[in-house]
Amino acid sequence: MTAETPRRMALSAPAARRSRGIHAGQTRTAWLLILPFLLVFAAFFTVPLGYSAYLSLFTSKLVGGEVFSGLDNYSRALHDPHFWEGLRRVAFFLCVQMPIMLAASTFIALALDSQRVRGGKFVRLLVFVPYAVPSVVATLMWGYLYGKDYGLITQMFDAVGLHAPDLLSPGSILGSTMNIVCWEFVGYNMIVLYAALRSVPNDLYEAAEIDGAGQWRIAWSIKLPALRPALLLTLIFSIIGSFQLFNEPNLLFNIAPNAIGSDFTPNLYAYNLAFRGQDNNYAAAIAFLLGFVVMIVAFVVQGVTNRKERQA
Amino acid sequence: MTAPAMSTEAEHAAVKSAPVVGRRRRKAERGKQRSSVLTVIIWLTVLYFIVPLLWLVISSTKDNADLFTTFGLKLGHSFQLFKNLGSLFTFQDGIYSRWLINTVLYAVVGSVGAAVLSTMAGYALAKYRFPGSRAVFNIVLGSIMVPLTALALPTYLLFAAAHLTDTPWAVILPSLVSPFGVYLMRVYAADAVDDSILEAARIDGASEFRVFRTISLKLLTPGIVTVLLFQLVATWNNYFLPLIMLNSPKLFPVTVGLAQWQGAAAAGGGAQVLFSTVITGAFVSIIPLMIAFLFLQRYWQSGLATGGVKG
Repeated sequence: MTAETPRRMALSAPAARRSRGIHAGQTRTAWLLILPFLLVFAAFFTVPLGYSAYLSLFTSKLVGGEVFSGLDNYSRALHDPHFWEGLRRVAFFLCVQMPIMLAASTFIALALDSQRVRGGKFVRLLVFVPYAVPSVVATLMWGYLYGKDYGLITQMFDAVGLHAPDLLSPGSILGSTMNIVCWEFVGYNMIVLYAALRSVPNDLYEAAEIDGAGQWRIAWSIKLPALRPALLLTLIFSIIGSFQLFNEPNLLFNIAPNAIGSDFTPNLYAYNLAFRGQDNNYAAAIAFLLGFVVMIVAFVVQGVTNRKERQA
Repeated sequence: MTAPAMSTEAEHAAVKSAPVVGRRRRKAERGKQRSSVLTVIIWLTVLYFIVPLLWLVISSTKDNADLFTTFGLKLGHSFQLFKNLGSLFTFQDGIYSRWLINTVLYAVVGSVGAAVLSTMAGYALAKYRFPGSRAVFNIVLGSIMVPLTALALPTYLLFAAAHLTDTPWAVILPSLVSPFGVYLMRVYAADAVDDSILEAARIDGASEFRVFRTISLKLLTPGIVTVLLFQLVATWNNYFLPLIMLNSPKLFPVTVGLAQWQGAAAAGGGAQVLFSTVITGAFVSIIPLMIAFLFLQRYWQSGLATGGVKG
């Protein structure tokens, strides 16, 4: 962790003399403040995670109950086309949806920050609104909009005399899911990026303008670098979110059962294994493996970004 | 591990300058011209975000026949909003209002609890240096990366063993843990609470807890509201956890209940009448959070970005 609390505290001489006694008291206070969180964290985070790891090492047999099987579940997962298919799908989802979403968010944030848009305040509010809509409601709503018989999109195509594409077919369902996720999160990311832009000191722009830099140059050389920490945050959140994809496909399944299988995403697969197939041990291994993949991808992205930052 | 973080100096610059810059820049920008092209492009983009919601509002005023036969963005032949609301709140013995109350209960208890725990922990991590503080913070940061769904299954099994599944606790207890809240609070507290104020209070003989209660909490209020809002949205919108934890429909939050109705409506078999009920239910369910966001603009507009600006 690079961000350390700076000790700006200048101790006066008597304070320094007393600091040992104070320090013990402070340490005690600190632990007392942290303890409630740590207890809850241990109970509902560490213990379940440990239990999951433990479960994943066993296999339940029809005869003999649960048997220790070492890493069998993991090697089974690594040879499981359902798992790989889902993983490949969410990876593809991430590679396509995330850049589009972040580009849209960045564009809107830059436009609003430039102060050249009329009614910018309302734009900020309206673009953000979908964030307050639960993903269940968002999916439900878009599901109706996609609908072949009476969906708004079909109606619009019909109105101009074009043949409407089937947005709930196996070939287009992933794209339709991407659209829902974009709709939900462009606004949130935009707000994060916009706030980062607002925090750039004005002096920098003035200096750049005096040096003869145009608006595009300023956007490229000052604004985009200023966005880096915010972009990294949104990037990490997108990675975590994409790999965990569950709500949207699970709801779309109701209206497009042929397009979305039970293994559409790794999470959906693990859920179906555990709650429909009753294979808890194998589901635990899948969930664990998925968590591992997310951590690795997040680490790699951070590593790459940090290295770039150091070079810059 | 390395957090998604900037250097400390940048962090401070960002935090300190934010409010001042706002004021200074507004003055400087008064002279800037508006761009018509950009305005048109941006407002066209806004349509994308608003039209689906507009469709939802309009659709909740239609009966089933109009829903299928009239254009989505035009009003139907008759205005049926009140009839739809009536059937929404009476369908299945009025279980929908039960779901709304459940959602409010889970979201409020969960988010207030999480905000309290995160505030205390984040403040301690930001303002005290003690053996183990680094380790605790690193664990918190690492756990942000763990997909919550990886936790859901084992949590379910443990709760089942403790006979806690299918009770409100099964949804509330896990949502008390918010590593991201702790992280936000730590970032926020590091700057909002000045060490010199703490030192002055200590020299005056105030106990550590008194300092926290009387001075720090006040300074932390905007950060606390942010964490609260963040958690409120997360628990309000939660679907996966209640889906696996709860069996009794009377314990469902709105999300799980609506999803079940949608499933029933999509499955057909005479459940077609459900369409307008589901749509009206979806519309009603998003109103409370919309109002909350409208009134708390001051907080989320800068607050939700805390991690991005400073961390």
